[in-house]
Amino acid sequence: MDWSVISQSLPNFVAGFKLTLWLSFVGIIGAIIVGIIASLIQFFKVPVISRIVTAYVELARNTPLLIQLFFLYYAFPVMGWKMSAKTAGIIGLIFLGGAYMAEGFLGGFDGVPKSQIEAGEALGMNKLQLARYVVFRQGLALSMPALAANVIFLIKETSIFSVIAIPELTNTALDLIGMYYRSNEYLFVLVVAYAIILIPLIIFFDWLERRVRYGTFGN
Amino acid sequence: MAHSGINVLFEGTNFARLMGGLWTAIWIAALALVIGLALGTLLGLLRTMNSKIIRFILMIYLEFFRIVPTVVLLFLVYYILPRQFHVNWPATWMAILAFALWVSAEFSDIVRGALESVPVHQRETGLALGMNEWQLFRYVLLPQAFRLELPATINLATRVIKTTSLLMMISIMDVINVGQQIIEANNQNYPTGVFWVYGLIFFLYFIVDYPLARWAKHLMAG
Repeated sequence: MDWSVISQSLPNFVAGFKLTLWLSFVGIIGAIIVGIIASLIQFFKVPVISRIVTAYVELARNTPLLIQLFFLYYAFPVMGWKMSAKTAGIIGLIFLGGAYMAEGFLGGFDGVPKSQIEAGEALGMNKLQLARYVVFRQGLALSMPALAANVIFLIKETSIFSVIAIPELTNTALDLIGMYYRSNEYLFVLVVAYAIILIPLIIFFDWLERRVRYGTFGN
Repeated sequence: MAHSGINVLFEGTNFARLMGGLWTAIWIAALALVIGLALGTLLGLLRTMNSKIIRFILMIYLEFFRIVPTVVLLFLVYYILPRQFHVNWPATWMAILAFALWVSAEFSDIVRGALESVPVHQRETGLALGMNEWQLFRYVLLPQAFRLELPATINLATRVIKTTSLLMMISIMDVINVGQQIIEANNQNYPTGVFWVYGLIFFLYFIVDYPLARWAKHLMAG
């Protein structure tokens, strides 16, 4: 292990670190939005659309991100839809993550006791009000563990962006190894970089899960 | 002249080659799962023991695999084994090792959870019948834990299969690598071939993974 090699590579890794954070952030926010919409559609069994949503969720969850990215980045341009690597990466992450989030949220919504929904109906709430005031809030709290797992999973999945040459953390390390062949040093920095991102998040989610559980009704 | 893109799949031996690539991915996944599940069972069992040191070491082991993305894991094995330990295995073995270690870590947590959720009275009944530790494990805990852990294990298998898409990154001739070669070789005659080849691979992964995912869901509901 040569520390001067590491310190020289740090500017590259800092840039990759920022890009990984940025792509993860945008992708995860997008995935959460898609996931919430998709899971509400599934929960309320909106005719026709809910079938399409289910098909999307199954397709996205049962295929690898890598092939989804290749499709977006290499196959779509042939059909006349060109996009930059970063755009393809973000769309891919939202496509994959949206399905995982939808599954997680749906699990939470399904966990809301039937009596809560019936109570809402008895109060004369319509479907939109039920969704907003009853199912959504309690379901979200119940789906926190799934949300946390998905966020961590999606951040790790950004490492696959390296196959379409997005200069995030993994791609940065692989590039440096290709140029200078110092694999020990660069892989060490790479692992540390992911640990810096993920360990605080894991601790934060552990804390949050305890908080949310404490706050549920009837507890 | 440009042909309809879909025919690229049936030109020469292309289709057979893609299937061969898929087979490579599947047997690597299968072997990694077999080794990983065996090792994971052992580690999971150790994690239910009372030794704090063993539990701590195994927790670090698990957390390492939780933090490091699988791509990075693959490269760690691929670069560090030959350079630090002078182990020059073929890339396929390296991939099996990386995946097996990852599976063992994840599975150890599944096994630990399942063993801990077997009711205490089951263990006590076994002890009352005069079973020793091994018999207790073999005849009481393991069979009951197995049923509890099956859905999570199938889900883990679907993840391993999806992760085989990364094999191309360490130059293994998996289905995606073969697909890329076919696309490059036929780019002149089939400009839209890329759409069909990647489309087929997307579909192939889906038809392998989807039934497994359905099975796991069915078990969890039932």
